Order: sequence, then C-alpha cells, then structure tokens
Amino acid sequence: MVSTPLATQQKREITRLQELVYELRVRDAMTTRVITVTPRTTMAEFREVLRANRISGTPVVDEGRMVGIISIEDLIKALAAGELHATVGEKMTPRPMTLYDDEPLVHAVSKFSSLGYGRFPVINRQGDLVGILVQGDIVRALLRQLEVEYHEEEVRRYRASHIFEDILADQVTLRFRYQVTGGDFERAGEASSRLKKTLSRLGIHPRIVRRVAIAAYEAEMNIVIYTDGGELIAEVDPKRVYMLAVDHGPGILDIQKAMEPGFSTAPDWVREMGFGAGMGLPNIQNCTDEMRLESTVGVGTRLEMVVYLDASGQS
Amino acid sequence: MKLREVLQLIEGKVLTRNTDLDLEVRMGCGADLMSDVLAFTHEGTLLMSGLTNPQVVRTAEMAGIQAIVFVRGKLPPPETIALAEEKGIALLASKYTMFETCGRLYRAGLPSCGLFESSLKRWREFFGEE
Repeated sequence: MVSTPLATQQKREITRLQELVYELRVRDAMTTRVITVTPRTTMAEFREVLRANRISGTPVVDEGRMVGIISIEDLIKALAAGELHATVGEKMTPRPMTLYDDEPLVHAVSKFSSLGYGRFPVINRQGDLVGILVQGDIVRALLRQLEVEYHEEEVRRYRASHIFEDILADQVTLRFRYQVTGGDFERAGEASSRLKKTLSRLGIHPRIVRRVAIAAYEAEMNIVIYTDGGELIAEVDPKRVYMLAVDHGPGILDIQKAMEPGFSTAPDWVREMGFGAGMGLPNIQNCTDEMRLESTVGVGTRLEMVVYLDASGQS
Repeated sequence: MKLREVLQLIEGKVLTRNTDLDLEVRMGCGADLMSDVLAFTHEGTLLMSGLTNPQVVRTAEMAGIQAIVFVRGKLPPPETIALAEEKGIALLASKYTMFETCGRLYRAGLPSCGLFESSLKRWREFFGEE
C-alpha cells in the first residue's frame, strides 16, 4: 500500500511534464534555423540538402511564401520511380498543415499523433515562416525545461540546507517574520504555508516540519478568527524551531479554560467553516515540545512554541 | 490504495486538473472539524469532508494530506479548486453521505488513522482505565 519515495518523485515529475506541455509554446521547442528549398530545386539537389544537413524534410518556399513541404518519403518514391530529375514543385505536398508559434505545445503533440506527419512548419500570426518542429524537438524542450526547474529547486534546497554549515559564527539563528491579517479568511494560512515551505527547504525532517506547520496554522487561525491581526515569527537554529504568535487583540479571559479541549468562544460563522471547535490550543500543545501562553484582556496575546529538531519527530 | 481505486469504489468524480490517479493513500479520515483533521491524521491520509471552503485545502497542506473527497454531493467553489491545483492536492467528489463514502472505502480495506495518545489519555482518565 505504501509507495516508495522514488516512485512518488517520478509521479510528480510526470505530472509536471503534463503541465509543461500546456505551459510551453511551440516557439520554445521549434528549430528557428529553417532550411528550405524552392519548387524549382530538383529531387537530386534535394537529396544533397537532406544529406548535408542531416534532416528528413524541408518546407518549400517560393519568393518568400511557403508553398509546400517535402520529405525523405517523397525522395524515396522519386528514387524508386527513377525521377531524380523531377522538381520539388512536382513532388511536394502543397499547402502543408502548420502550427502557430504562440500555440501551446500540447496542440503540436495532438497534431503529431492525429495526423501522423513527421514535421510541421511553424508560422507567426502574420503568416511568416519562423521555424520547424519535429517530434524530437518537443521531447528535448520538455527535458530542458524540467532540468532547469529541477536544478533551480535543487540549488535552493542545497543553499538553504547548508546555510548553518556555511555561515561562520558561534551561534546562528534564522528569523522569519510573517504578517497575519485579522478576519481575512481568504488568505488565512498563507503565513504557515510559507513557513512550512521554508523549513522544508532548510532540510528539516518532514515529520518535524509537519508538527511545526500544524502548530503555526492553528496559531495563525486564532489570530485571524479572534483578533485584528498580528504576527507569526519563527526562529530556527540547529537545535530547535521557536515560534511566537503575537497579536493586539482582545486577549483571553481564562487561559486554563481556553486550554480545555472542546472549550470555544468562536462565533457561528467561524464554526461553519470548520474551525472554532475548541481544539486549537490543545492541538498546538500536542504538536510542540514547549508552549507558553500569556494574555491580558484588552492588550493582546503572546503564544510561544518550541519544537526540538533532534527529537524523533513523532506527531 | 490508489486514487483510481478510491474513485471506483465511491463512484466519484475528479475535480482538479492534472490529478495523479496512481497516488497512494495509506488511510482515511472523515471530519468536518479542521482541528480534528490536524490532530487525528497522519501524512498520506485521504480526507473525507463535507466542508468545501479553501481552508480545507490549507488544512490538508499543513497536515501533509494529498487528496480530499467532498461527500454528500457537495461541490467546492472555484477558489478551493484553484488553491488545491496550486498546492498539488487532488480533489474528488462523492454523491454518497460521509458514512457511506467512508464505509465503502473501509470495507475495501482502507484503514483508519488509528488511535491517538492525546484522546486516549482523556478516555483513560474519565473511565478510570489503565
């Protein structure tokens, strides 16, 4: 039932590949240096063009206008019929199917598979011939893009995870600060989401990251639900993640009661969204190694949370 | 259990684009309270919920949940789908109730998330069990 991390990784790459076919344009994959022949070129000359450039077909251009396409198959037929003296104009396929340079690559993929052609001339919206696309170009463009993205994320992760080794000091603490807007349910959770991603890049164990993310998210939701806004601050050093959620909201009347599972003062609209069930603070306590809650009514609330990095990472 | 199999068992529909139906879910959790989702799930859980707002996706992200089934034929607003696609979380829809959706999957062998120390502690205290 459990998939290996490698398989999951491969699946992610394949999904990304599917997305890329939609994101990349034909012009990102096409060859721009197009070799062409004219209708008056003989089939014998055409053979030399293919051989010299190691290609299998070209568009046929007459006075700047594309009038057809000719391929190695047409050459083979001409050879078999002993018609090497014939002109390209006689043997070409006139008015070939084309692709626009700004079309998504996925259109090209479907045209290749539905029409069975080996190549498509690429034109811009003004009708000028600007490139040519063969199936191999698509694969090459996708691999190139995947490599670039993979490399970028690797570099980010590498940089981040080596930051403690690379910085020379007796003690290094990284500090991240996120603003939380009160009442803004639309963006609620963004701070925790960004913190989670940052911690993953730092190379912190996924189980620890999950505990920190859940605690941060519950704290952030409390700020969004009950206050006019506040901040989530996280400090990371090689031993622990320290978090401070601070607001200038109404404060908590009875902290002991607030810590009881199931106790809540949330209004109905918050409950309808699946929050305010009185499990937030107990959840934070379960996810963290240390938790300190201070609150003064009318002044605000400070919630400090610590998760140690060397712990087994159990949730 | 692969999402493909989940989809068959609940006769469900896929709501997100680029959904990987070969994704493995290891266990299931049915909840409408987001704090319960955060407290009583593990990484790789399939979440069944009747709530469809974007916070369900946020909650799933924090809890390391990669797939959500909306039950009782409820369909999420576009914001929820957009956020899920951004975060790479699969959204499925089931016309069956929470009970039946969970029941179909449990009967087919998808286990629950098990028991949690935090709730067991309260249980033991209240009922005086060791």
